[in-house]
Amino acid sequence: MAVLVYTENWDGKFKKLSFELASYASKVAEMLNTNSVALSIGKTEAGELEKLGNYGVNKIINAQGEGLDKLDNQVFTKVIADFARKEGATVILLANNNTGKALAPRLSVNLKAGIGSGVSKLPLSTSPFVVYKRAYSGNAFAKLQIKTDIRIITLAQNSFELIEKNASASIENETVQVDKSMVKTHVQEVQKQSGKVLLTDADIVVSGGRGMKSPDNWAPLVELADLLGAATACSRPVSDEGWRGHEEHTGQTGKIIAPNLYFAIGISGATQHLAGVSSSKYIVAVNTDKDAPVFEAAQYGIVGDAQKVLPKLVEAVKEIKSK
Amino acid sequence: MKILVCISNVPDTTTRVRFVDDFKKLDASGIQWVINPWDELSLTRALELKDDASTGVKSVTVAHVGPASAEPTIRKALAIGADDAIRVNAEPADAYYVASQLAEVVKTEQFDMIMCGIESSDHNGSTVGGMLSELLNFPSVSAVSNLKIENGQVVINREIDGGKETVLVPTPVVVVVQKGIAKEPRIAAMRGIMMARTKPIKVLEPLAVDTLTEVAGYEMPQPRAACKFIDAENPKQLIDMLQNEAKVL
Ligand SMILES: Cc1cc2nc3c(=O)[nH]c(=O)nc-3n(C[C@H](O)[C@H](O)[C@H](O)COP(=O)(O)OP(=O)(O)OC[C@H]3O[C@@H](n4cnc5c(N)ncnc54)[C@H](O)[C@@H]3O)c2cc1C
Ligand SMILES: Nc1ncnc2c1ncn2[C@@H]1O[C@H](COP(=O)(O)O)[C@@H](O)[C@H]1O
Repeated sequence: MAVLVYTENWDGKFKKLSFELASYASKVAEMLNTNSVALSIGKTEAGELEKLGNYGVNKIINAQGEGLDKLDNQVFTKVIADFARKEGATVILLANNNTGKALAPRLSVNLKAGIGSGVSKLPLSTSPFVVYKRAYSGNAFAKLQIKTDIRIITLAQNSFELIEKNASASIENETVQVDKSMVKTHVQEVQKQSGKVLLTDADIVVSGGRGMKSPDNWAPLVELADLLGAATACSRPVSDEGWRGHEEHTGQTGKIIAPNLYFAIGISGATQHLAGVSSSKYIVAVNTDKDAPVFEAAQYGIVGDAQKVLPKLVEAVKEIKSK
Repeated sequence: MKILVCISNVPDTTTRVRFVDDFKKLDASGIQWVINPWDELSLTRALELKDDASTGVKSVTVAHVGPASAEPTIRKALAIGADDAIRVNAEPADAYYVASQLAEVVKTEQFDMIMCGIESSDHNGSTVGGMLSELLNFPSVSAVSNLKIENGQVVINREIDGGKETVLVPTPVVVVVQKGIAKEPRIAAMRGIMMARTKPIKVLEPLAVDTLTEVAGYEMPQPRAACKFIDAENPKQLIDMLQNEAKVL
């Protein structure tokens, strides 16, 4: 028995999400009285693997081999499934990000393991095995029983606190032979968004809606975000009209995020928008309409004109930063 | 090339969900059912590809696993422009059950490209497409935000954390689509609605398949504390509260 967690790396590095996964895996292993094993696939920078041990995993498998530097869903599924069998894993954990969503369902079929996706808490019970997951686009939560002996969980980003153990884990290096003919996904080009805080990773997000009135009014919003080390986001009409890039669109049909703090500036708070941000720990709304539905979701609100309020917020943040 | 678009039937996105049977079942009364938003967009993209003769797309079929009560949603897909439809006559019991039924459809009807949405807005599973690809042993590409067919090759943009990649994949393939795949869903025109009445919906009986999961119950989100209002002339107070009360700055 073991809990196996797939810890993806980004250009050889891990990030907070990886440590959330490791923390969650070690907690589930405790609940099941077993060990947690992290699986890393492809090259990582020196010193990176060791960091995972700090979050409580007992062992780290470092799988290397040609053909493992670009995601091919079939190849990666096979690699993870093989290690899951070898380790006798009864729980397999992945992130509920693009990679996890691509691999978890394939693993589910491969291992005949039921899947709970977008899980935001520890399992409610282990026998029967019941997980707590998002449903109806954030309007409800489901308690989902996974009936199989092997279970797959994808963990929602920013939903689980890091647990530092100041421990270390053993690292096992494994060479994986990839049958070249199995690789079907041929990557032609990679475009990276550089320098900016990634919306899905951000602790703080400053988001603007149609109430920002024009694409030319965004400077104070961006300044506020920069000062706070925050990512910028927007509502769907804003990205549809090209005021901001599509990668910033949050909501049911955009990105689903769960930062600690979400500023909704000039956003009405339509259900489809809230579906993407309602898991934020705190929501601040700035809106001229005191009856805007966004105030029902917010804990802090200012009824006022975004163009007047934003510069004042910028000043106030500068003040606390200078202290 | 033959395209299959898998559609799920979901409550309209503005529905205030309520539950019955001690929070075990969705209260279906008064709910307006629609094509899952992603599936509407993937159908739109499939039809755009078919409109362009250079792609070699010959037909666009929609498939749904669900009871007869879902037929209005299937008719809508036909009205938007799908050529024909297949319905597997069964309650969509869980993702594995649904994917297994769809796999059987693909095996008997031989599609080259199967399109699924990144998630249904009801179960938020993000699972059926990936499961289907593994059941069929087809390659899959997920988080697809752009899809073209050039010289018989499927050219895809997929989102990765912090960027995107352009990838080529051979057919048959399962693509799991998300934002960007089409701009606006195509709307059914009067002529389409008339024609949809005569388009065939093939009804298949389900395979016997075990489910792997079961919903034990639902919960509503915790009600949030009432909003504290701060004077628009004094946003400094807000920053102070975020720092010292909420402790998020
Ligand atoms: C299937 C489907 C999926 C959808 N998915 C999404 C999604 O993923 N994300 C999303 O965002 N939307 C989505 N929508 C659209 C959604 O229904 C709303 O139309 C949209 O969220 C509204 O955006 P908004 O709040 O920016 O604009 P509006 O609704 O126009 O609101 C603007 C707000 O700004 C306020 N305002 C005006 N002037 C000022 C000012 N000077 N200062 C401050 N405030 C001001 C107004 O009072 C108003 O509340 C979806 C819709 C459908 C049908
Ligand atoms: N009952 C169903 N019938 C046909 N396709 C479905 C069904 N349920 C889900 N799908 C497809 O699978 C996608 C993802 O659904 P899910 O895994 O439930 O989030 C949807 O966007 C559809 O393309």
